[in-house]
This record gives sequence, structure tokens and C-alpha cells, in this order.
Amino acid sequence: MDMNEIKEIFFQECEEQLAELESGLLRLNDGDRDPETVNAVFRAVHSIKGGAGAFGLDDLVSFAHVFETTLDCVRSNKLEPTQEVLKVMLKSADVLADLTNCARDGGSVDEARSKQLIRELEALAHGTPLPGASEAPAAKPAPAKAAPAKPAAPAPVAAAPNDQGFVPVAFSFDDFGDEAEAEPAPMPTFEISFKPNADLYRKGNEATLLLRDLSRLGEMSILCDMDSLPPLEAMNPEDAYFFWKISLRTDKGEDAIRSVFEFAEWDCELEVAELAEGEQSVAVDGEAPMQAVPFDLSILDDEQEHPLGVVEEEEQIAAGEREAAANALETASNVLNLASAAAKAAEAKQAPASAANAASAQQAAAAGQTIRVDLDRVDRLINLVGELVINQAMLSQSVIENDTNGTSSINMGLEELQQLTREIQDSVMAIRAQPVKPVFQRMARTVREIADITGKSVRLITEGENTEVDKTVIDKLAEPLTHMIRNAVDHGLEMPEKRVALGKNPEGTVRLTAKHRSGRIIIELADDGAGINRERVRQKAIDNDLIAADANLSDEEIDNLIFHAGFSTAEKVSDLSGRGVGMDVVKRSIQALGGRINISSKPGQGSVFTMSLPLTLAVLDGMVVTVASQTLVVPLTAIVETLQPDAASIHSFGATQRLISIRNSFCPLVDVGRILNFRATQANPVEGVALLVESEGGGQRALMVDAIQGQRQVVIKSLEANYTHVPGIAAATILGDGRVALILDVDAVVAASRGQPLKLESALAAVG
Amino acid sequence: MKKKVLTVDDSRTIRNMLLVTLNNAGFETIQAEDGIEGLEVLEDCNPDVIVTDINMPRLDGFGFIEGVRRNEKYRAIPILVLTTESDAEKKNRARQAGATGWIVKPFDPTKLIDAIERVTA
Repeated sequence: MDMNEIKEIFFQECEEQLAELESGLLRLNDGDRDPETVNAVFRAVHSIKGGAGAFGLDDLVSFAHVFETTLDCVRSNKLEPTQEVLKVMLKSADVLADLTNCARDGGSVDEARSKQLIRELEALAHGTPLPGASEAPAAKPAPAKAAPAKPAAPAPVAAAPNDQGFVPVAFSFDDFGDEAEAEPAPMPTFEISFKPNADLYRKGNEATLLLRDLSRLGEMSILCDMDSLPPLEAMNPEDAYFFWKISLRTDKGEDAIRSVFEFAEWDCELEVAELAEGEQSVAVDGEAPMQAVPFDLSILDDEQEHPLGVVEEEEQIAAGEREAAANALETASNVLNLASAAAKAAEAKQAPASAANAASAQQAAAAGQTIRVDLDRVDRLINLVGELVINQAMLSQSVIENDTNGTSSINMGLEELQQLTREIQDSVMAIRAQPVKPVFQRMARTVREIADITGKSVRLITEGENTEVDKTVIDKLAEPLTHMIRNAVDHGLEMPEKRVALGKNPEGTVRLTAKHRSGRIIIELADDGAGINRERVRQKAIDNDLIAADANLSDEEIDNLIFHAGFSTAEKVSDLSGRGVGMDVVKRSIQALGGRINISSKPGQGSVFTMSLPLTLAVLDGMVVTVASQTLVVPLTAIVETLQPDAASIHSFGATQRLISIRNSFCPLVDVGRILNFRATQANPVEGVALLVESEGGGQRALMVDAIQGQRQVVIKSLEANYTHVPGIAAATILGDGRVALILDVDAVVAASRGQPLKLESALAAVG
Repeated sequence: MKKKVLTVDDSRTIRNMLLVTLNNAGFETIQAEDGIEGLEVLEDCNPDVIVTDINMPRLDGFGFIEGVRRNEKYRAIPILVLTTESDAEKKNRARQAGATGWIVKPFDPTKLIDAIERVTA
């Protein structure tokens, strides 16, 4: 793994964090006040900042930093996450996403916008009325932590040692610091007095290691003060009894010496003084005569080191655990020792709560265990399983052909194999299934942006975000959905003033819903806007020669006119939805996914777009039919019903057209064999079967085929990838008998029947 | 013998950077994704030193450090905290929880290794 790979991981992670950020902010926007939501939002930004820092992505870091600071105010309840605040944060999340993309793909961001947001975020962070919000953060947690310790130990003393243990104590830079720096003496000698307290060991620091690091600075001699060491029976193994006086000759300066104690300075008394020229090293300064013992650091070189007075203590820590509290009380006069008791009491108090936390979190972990797999591998597996399904079907078929009585054990085994194969296939498909959530989340941003530009007030409600569908479908869903949302806000919703005048909520609502229904995913986009203006749509269609001026169209048919190519109802082509992309493109992309789209609209109440999409693009439920002795597969989703026409229901219309009357309405009859050029003349409808299919524009067509063979799930094999695009044909599949069958592109066939002939580049009869 | 480092960080990016840095420096590295997992793997992996992040889901760095310190066996193990900036408040809280020292992110490999060397024998 090199840095580039890690960077790649970073950007992947950013995407996840950004999604997390946005969904968290949206939850807050909906009134969620769970502290964990705020934490998750904060963590997302924090994580991005951390990673960005490692890669020197300064723009990203500085924006994330400001954002994080403001979020921290929310986290610590200094800033109420009102709608106004969240509006700024959601915009900031968008900018953060832009900055991330920019860092990955190059390009530039809207600097004015990000600067503006930095100002807004800073204003939020500082504009808090709470005093001292931005300063003195260090002082705050100390009293809070000390509080639980109080009841456990004698009150007046307990707080004091705690403070002593944690707050920098008892030395001053002013006394000698300047002096030391001012005098660049060639090899000054420093006298260091180092008195660790028990907390130093409790935090995993090691006096011996500190002394070792000190010794690396220069020439050093150490004296160990063991005066405070009590007799064995009175000794508390948790405590610190050894102090050191060190004399160090170094040119590294006092700062270097102090930095050795960087991690330890709060848990020890440290004095560093530079000796004046000629002054005696290791001065005994007026205290009781010191019983000093030379201290040998070479013990550290030993594999199993037992530095005197340090590890000895640690080894006894375990033994002393039980009596620790009692011991602590006994030695209550020892200020340092009490610090340990207080800390211990606080620890003990917190233990049950943390344990409970841990337990609940553990459950959460079990639910969310995932692995990351390269998509290629999954696709290869899916492909192989597809082959397996075909192979199994072929095997079954040949066994059936050779084993007429059907009693052999092979047959039984085959049935089990078939079941297993189907299960494997379903399971493999499930791997590719992903919740639609990321796409839905992206829509939230689209809504925000367009609401800003149009000056409309919009609320996006999403439902069923966890509905799963094949990843390919999800990837291809974003674009049409974005366009539809733009349309819904731009054309569907009215301006706030107009909404008020109409007695509606000035804030428009766009509702995006996903759900599963009979093996497909249904995505619904509903707005509570004005609905389709049928008069205008109709007029526009007439103007554009889409329909005759006197055409008699149902409301539904008029609504569906908006899916026609080049149709745009907005009188002015606006900046947003009028980017040369019409609803016809939306419809085509949905159809390319094997889906259908419909609109229903109520004037004054809004429109609902309903998309129905297959859950996967790898398999398809199809009806296997025969046309001019060719086997074709018609996607089951396109078929409304099948029927056997009788002679009385067939009516001629013009020279070649025929209609079939179904329940008192007429429907054009389309001979699939003729359209695909399988045969030169139309087949007799009475001898075949009619498949009633739904086609573009909501109208129906009856497709004539010769016979229905059955219904089955087929594995889709792309013709484009393996051969070339064939008009009227969507793809191919391999049937159980090993023959290739073509999958009919119903909409193309219907379009062809309207007089847009299929351009056949090759003789289809050759296939199969 | 190789020194064993347990790293606890929820960010995949940072985890990978730690892994690369520590492995290159000749450490054996065990990784956990949050405090809960950190405490879970602690027992088995028996590390010489722990490097942990503060902001993590499920159980944050403070809680994790307290958890380690409550464990009889690991009460005295050195724990280094990764903080994004030299945030005095966070450092303070981490120390109260029982952290040994800290490393300021974005860490550079030398600083990280130095800090580890400093708290381990």
C-alpha cells in the first residue's frame, strides 16, 4: 500500500462521511435532538479534516476546521441547531463536498461561496450569547470530572489533590527561562529536580524512560531520593516514593529538557535550573539532608528490566488493588496518594455506566458488520452464476429428454440442484443490492440548490430510503431523478406568495418515496404544486405538431404528452430545468433500465411521477414465445394481459393496419414477425396469441405472436457487448436447450408499428 | 522481538496511514475501528503500546482509555492519543482518562515513532 492508495481510500471515506454528514443534518432539521446524531455529524467533518490534513489538502482542512468548530458549539449545547443554523450547515456540507471533489478531481470551487459560508459559520460560532464560549475551554472539564470523586473521599481534601494531579503546578518559566535562552554558554549544566506523583505511573508514563530520554540530551548524573520510602508494611504499592535530582550537561537548552517531560509535566513536580558557572552540581538546598543513591540507567538495557523503584511498584499494583481504597484512606495525609484514591473512586463510579454503554454498542456492531469487495469480483460472480443457471437448465432438459419415466435418482438430484441454483442466484443478486439512500440524499442537495435559485421554499421528504435495488440501477437513477426534482420544484411548485394566495402552505413539499412491489422497485416523486396545466400542454402539443388540433385525448394521455421529445411547458426556458433535457430524456433513461414512468396529476394539487424499475439488470422474468418458428422472450413487466383473438374482434383499418377490439375499445394489432422481418406477410391473428402491452404515451398495443411456450426467468446477455445492437431487440439469453433466444424490445417494436421502421442491419433469421 | 502496537481509529484513511508507518518502522500493528473493538481485541493481542483517536463512534477515545485503565493487566500500558490539533481541552480530558501522551495530527511518521519510542522501553 502506498500513499496514493491511501489517498484513494481517503476519498472513498470522504464520500461516506459526507453522506453521513448530510443525513445527520437532515435528521437534525427534522427535529432529531439525539446527541449521537450531533456526534456523528461532528465526527464526519472531523474525519474529513483529519485525513485532509494528512494529505496537505489545505483548503479542505481550513473549511472543515471552521465547520467543525461551529458543530462543536452545537455539540456542547452552546448553539441551538435551529432551522436557520441548519440551513447554513447544509450549505456548508455542500461546499465541503465540492471541496472534496475538487481535491480529488482538480478543478475549482466557488470561492466566494465558501468564503461566505466560512463567515456565516464563524458568526454562528461566535455569536453565541453564552459567555466564555470560545475561551477557557481547558478550565471547563476539570470541575466536572472532579465532582463524582467528592462523595468517595473526604470532601475538602479530595478536590485539592485532584487539582494538583491534573493542573500544571509549581514551576515558572519567568524565574529562569529567559536567562537560559539568553546565555548561549557552550555546555551549560542544568540541575533538574523531578518528583513524579502516583498519577504519572497511573497514566502509563515511566520515570525510568523519562530519565533515559533525558540522558540522551547530554552527560548526566542522577541521584535518587528514597527518603519518603516507608517501611514495607506501610508502603502503598500504588504510590510514588522516589524522587530524582539530575545534573545534566547539555547544549540543547532548557526547552529540550522540558520537552522530555511533555507528557509528564502535569503529574510531577519538575524544576529545571541552569547552574551558574562554577556552582556546585546537585546542591542540597537547605532541606533535610538527602539520602541520595546513584541511579543506574543501564538497567533499561536488560530485556526483563526491573528498574528499582519503578517497576517494583508496578508489579505490586495488582496485589494492592483490593486494599487500594483502604490504603488510600490510611495515608490520607499524603496528598499525592489521595489523588490516586480520588481518581480510583471516580473510575469505579463510572464503571457501570460505561459497561452498559459498551454492551449496547456491541449489539450495534454486530448489526453493522460489513466487508468491502471490489465490484468487479461481484460482477464476475454474478456472471458465473448466470452461466450456472443456464447450464443447470440445459442439464435438466437433456436428462428429461433421455429419461422418459422420470423416476431415476438423477431426476431428484437435479431438482435439488435447480433449487440450490436459484438460491445461489438470489443470494448473489442480493450482494449487489444497495439501499437507494445515497441517491435520495443527493436529491436533498438538488432541492436546496434549486430552491435557493428559484426563491421558492421547499421541503423534501424522503421515505423508504433503505429500499434496496441493484447498484447499476442506483447509479443510473441519479440523473433522471435530479432532472425530475428540478422540474418538480421549478415548474411544479408555485412561488410562496402565490401559494399563500391559494391557501396553501408557503413551503412547498416534494415527497420522494421508494418501495418494493411485486419484484420491482417503485419510486414515486410527488409535489404539492399546481399540477399539469393540461390546456397549455395540449396547446403546446398542437403547436409542435405532436397531436392534431381536434385530437380527442384523455387527461392521462395529455399528461403523458410531456414525455414527448422536445416538449417543454415552461414558457421561459429557465436556467435550471431547461438545459436542453426534457422529460423525454428522463423517460428514455428509465426505459433503458427496463423501467416505466407514469405521471398522474391533479390541477391545483400537484403531480405524482411513478417509476417502476427492475430490481436487477442481470435477470429478467420473461414470457417465452414463438414467432415465425423463432423463440423470443418478451419481458413480463411489459405485458398487461394475453388473449386469444377471435375473428369477430379483428377489424381492418386502412390498407395494412388492423385493430383488435378488447372490452369495447380498439387497440392496434402489431405482428411481431412482420415488424422484425421474420416473415413477408402478416400472420392470421386468429391463429396466434395477442400480448397486450403498455407502451410509450400510456397507450396500449396488442403484439401478435404465434404461440406462448411458457414463462421463466432468463439471464440477460448483452447483444451489444457480444455482437452488435439489433433494432427491436433488447438483449439475448440462452435457454435451457442451449439455444439463443432474443429478448424483445417492446417499446422499439411499438414505435416501429407507428411507422418508424426498424433499420435492420442483419438478417435476424440467421440467429438462433 | 517486535514491539506490538494497537491502533484504534474509526477513519480508514488514518488506519491505513498508521499501518504503513508502523509496519515500515518495524512494529507489529493490530488495528481496531472504535473503542469497543479496541477493548475487545486488547485481551488477545497483548500490545506494548496503544495509539488511539478521540472522536469515534460507539465508544470514544476517552471511554476507551478509561476502559483500558480499568483492566488489571493494562493499567500501566502506555496510551498515546491522536488529536487533530493541540487542543488543550481534549488533551486534558485524555490525561484525566489516563492517557500517557499525545500525537498531534496530521502526524508525520517521525513524530509518531518518536512518541512511541518515548513511552516504551
